[in-house]
Amino acid sequence: MAEFTMPSLGADMDEGTLLEWLVSPGDLVHKGDPVAVVETAKSTIEVECFETGTMTELLVEPGTTVPVGTPLALIGPAEEQHPARHAPEKGRPSERAWLPKSPELPSPPPEPTPVPVSAPPAAPPRGHIEAGPLVRHLAETSGLDLETLHGSGPGGRVTRTDVEQAAAARATAQPPRVRATPLARRLAAELGVDLATVKGTGRKEAVRAADVRHAAPGPSAPPTPAGAAAVRPSAVRPPAAHPSEDRAAAMRQAIAGLMSRANREIPHYYLSTTVDMTAAMDRLHEHNRTSTVGERLLPAALLLKAAALAAREVPEFNGFWTDDHFTAGDGVHLGVAISLRGGGLVAPALHHADTLTLPQLMTALKDLVTRARTGRLRGSEISDATITVTNLGDQGVETVFGVIYPPQVALVGFGRVVDRPYAVDGLLGVRPVVTATLSADHRATDGAVGARYLTVVSRLLQNPERL
Amino acid sequence: MGAGETQEAKTTYREAMREALREALRADDRVFLMGEDVGRYGGCFGVSLGLLEEFGPERVRDTPLSESAFVGAGIGAALAGLRPIVEIMTVNFSLLALDQILNNAATLLHMSCGQLPVPLVIRMTTGAGRQLAAQHSHSLEGWYAHIPGIRVLAPATLEDARHMLAPALADPDPVLIFEHGSLYNVSGELLPLTEPVDLDHATIRRPGTDISLITYGGSLPKALAAADELSAEGINAEVIDLRTLRPLDGAAITASVARTHRAVVIDEAWRTGSLAAEVSARIAEESFYDLDAPVERVCSAEVPMPYARRLEEAALPQTADIVAAAHRTVD
Repeated sequence: MAEFTMPSLGADMDEGTLLEWLVSPGDLVHKGDPVAVVETAKSTIEVECFETGTMTELLVEPGTTVPVGTPLALIGPAEEQHPARHAPEKGRPSERAWLPKSPELPSPPPEPTPVPVSAPPAAPPRGHIEAGPLVRHLAETSGLDLETLHGSGPGGRVTRTDVEQAAAARATAQPPRVRATPLARRLAAELGVDLATVKGTGRKEAVRAADVRHAAPGPSAPPTPAGAAAVRPSAVRPPAAHPSEDRAAAMRQAIAGLMSRANREIPHYYLSTTVDMTAAMDRLHEHNRTSTVGERLLPAALLLKAAALAAREVPEFNGFWTDDHFTAGDGVHLGVAISLRGGGLVAPALHHADTLTLPQLMTALKDLVTRARTGRLRGSEISDATITVTNLGDQGVETVFGVIYPPQVALVGFGRVVDRPYAVDGLLGVRPVVTATLSADHRATDGAVGARYLTVVSRLLQNPERL
Repeated sequence: MGAGETQEAKTTYREAMREALREALRADDRVFLMGEDVGRYGGCFGVSLGLLEEFGPERVRDTPLSESAFVGAGIGAALAGLRPIVEIMTVNFSLLALDQILNNAATLLHMSCGQLPVPLVIRMTTGAGRQLAAQHSHSLEGWYAHIPGIRVLAPATLEDARHMLAPALADPDPVLIFEHGSLYNVSGELLPLTEPVDLDHATIRRPGTDISLITYGGSLPKALAAADELSAEGINAEVIDLRTLRPLDGAAITASVARTHRAVVIDEAWRTGSLAAEVSARIAEESFYDLDAPVERVCSAEVPMPYARRLEEAALPQTADIVAAAHRTVD
C-alpha cells in the first residue's frame, strides 16, 4: 500500500490546496496519470501519480489545504488488500478492490509526521525496492509491504531498523503476504492486477506470471499513456472558490519569496552577446511561407531550441545547486518563463527540449502556454526544469538580465529580434540581431564557461540547419 | 577411396581432438605434446594415437608419473617461448599439479607485472559414467573455474573438440581444456565451421521459450535428450551450452532467463559449491525479477563416485532427473 502525498511542486511551495480529485476510489491508476488538481500559491496544477495500482482510499476532501508531504490517498498495489475476500470472480479487480473496510469513510487524514516533509520536489518513483534478503524476510513475517516503508539506509535502502520500527508502529495484525514469483509480482504491478485476487497455480499455490496474465483485464491492459488517459480526466468540476485577488496576492507573495531567496543566496554574474539572426530568420521565413497558419514557427522556437542544445553541449548550466554542490539534470528540461493573464509568472518545463524538432517544440510550447494560462500544468512540468529561458522579445525589450530560479544555476534571456546596422566581413549592412544574455550562478560556474555557453548559442543560431 | 568420397564423413570426439592436435603440431614448430602415456601408448584415451610416429619423440613426449613435475616443465617451456600442450590423465590426478597451475601458471603474469605470460594449454579428462570409480571420475572443473588468471574450456560437441584447441593455443594465458570421458566415443558428422569458435561466449544448442536448461560438457547430451522429451509434452526448452566455464558468459544466461523465466542448471559436479551454484547465484543477482519459479539444480549425489554400475548411474544426473526438475519449475 503506497501513499500518494501532497507533492512539493517547487522550491517555494510548503503547502497546497487539493481542489479536485480526477479519480475515484477503486480506479486503476498508472504511473504518470494525473490524479488530482492541486492549487499552489502560483498556479493550479494537475498532479501525476508515481505508482501503479488501485486507488483504495481518498484521505483528503477537496478544498482542504495541507502541508507538503501529507498523505492524500492510498494506492494499493493490490496484494495486501482484503485477503478474506479471496477470488469471487475474476476479471474486474479494480471494481472489487474498492470495498470500504468499515463504514466510517472518509477516514481522517493521518498525521503528516511520518512522511518526510523535506522530500525532494516530486519524489522520483521507486522502481523496485532495495532491500536485503533478511529485511525482506522480516518484512514478510511482519506482514509489511516494503514499498510502503521509508528506507533510511544508503541509497534509500530499507534497513532492518526501518522494518522493525514500522512493525512496532503497526500494532494491528496484517494480512499475510501473497506468495508470488518475482516475475508475477512485476507483471501484476505493470498490469495493475491485484495479486490477492489471483489464484496461484505454482508450488505451494504461489502466483505465477501465467496466473497474472490470466487475471489481467483483457489485452487492453498495457499501461500506456494512452490507456492512462482513459482513467477519466472528465470529472470537470468548478475550481474551488478562491477569489482571484487573493490568488494574485498569493502569487505575488510566492514570487517575492523565491526571488528574494535567489538574489540573497545566488551570487549572479551576467554575460551578454549580440547574435546575427540573418540565417535563422531566413530559415524561419522559408518554413512559414510553405506552412499553414497552424504550422508556422515563431522566432521563440529557434531561440529555445538553441538554448536547449547549448545546455546539452555545456552541461555545467543544466542542473541544480543543492547542498553546496552541482548536480547535473537527467536531461535538458527547458523552463520557459510564461507571464499569466492577471499577473504573475510561471516557468514550467519543456521536457527533453533538446530532442524536439522545431515543429514539435512549437507545438509543445503552444500547449504549455495554453495550459499555464488555464491553470492546468502538470506537477512534473512545474518541478523538473533544469535551466530556464525568459524571452521578452514580444514585449519589445531588447535585453533582459534575469534572476535565476533556484535551485537552477542559470537563466538565459532573449530580447526582441531587431534590424540593426551590423558589420559582417568588413561590410556594414542592416541585419536582424538578437541580444542573448546569461545570468549564471557563480558558485557553480565561472565567466569563461558562461562565455562558452553563449558562444554555442550564437553558433547554433547562425547555423540554423543544426537546430 | 572411391566409396569413401560418397559416404558421410563420420568422426568421433576422440578423432576430432586428435585432428586438432595434429593440426596444431603441423602448424607451429613451437607446439609439442607431453604427458603420461601420450607417446608409445597413444594416450590413455587413445587421443594421441599415431602422433608419436608422425611427429617423433621430440614433439610427442612421454613423461614420468609426476604431474607436478611435468606441468611445471610445461610452464617453464611456455615461459621460454614454446607452446606446450600438457595432458593430465584425469582431473583427479591434476590436483597433484594444482600448485603449479594455481601458484605459477595462473599468477606469474600478475606477479611479474605483465612480463611473464604463460601460453600453456593443459588437457585433461573429467567426469564419470565409465565405471572408473572414485579416483578417476570426479568433475572438479568448477574448482579450476574458481581461479582467476586461467581460462577453462569444456568442449561438448565434435565441432568444439575439433576447433577449440587452436584459439586456446593462441591465447597468451594458460588454458585448461576439460574433456568429458563419456564423450570420446560420441560419433557423428563433423559440421563445417560456420564461424570461428570463440572462447568467450556460451551458445544456444537448442532455442526454446519455456525453460532454460543451462549446462556444459558431458551433461549437454543429457540436457538435449531431456529437451526432446519435454518437447514431446509441449514444453519448449532452451539448452544453453556454457562451453567456457571461466570467464563465464553471464550475459548469455541472463538473456536466456529473460526469455524463458525459468532455469534448470545441470552440472555433473557435486552440488555444494559447484559451478551450478555460481550460475544459480548469478541468476539470483541478475535475473531475479525475471524468474517465475525457483532455480532448480541437477547435480551428482554428494558421494565419492561409486564403482558399481547401478550405483554410479544413480549418483549421476540423468535425463529423467532433468525432465523432473523441469517439470517442477514449469508445472
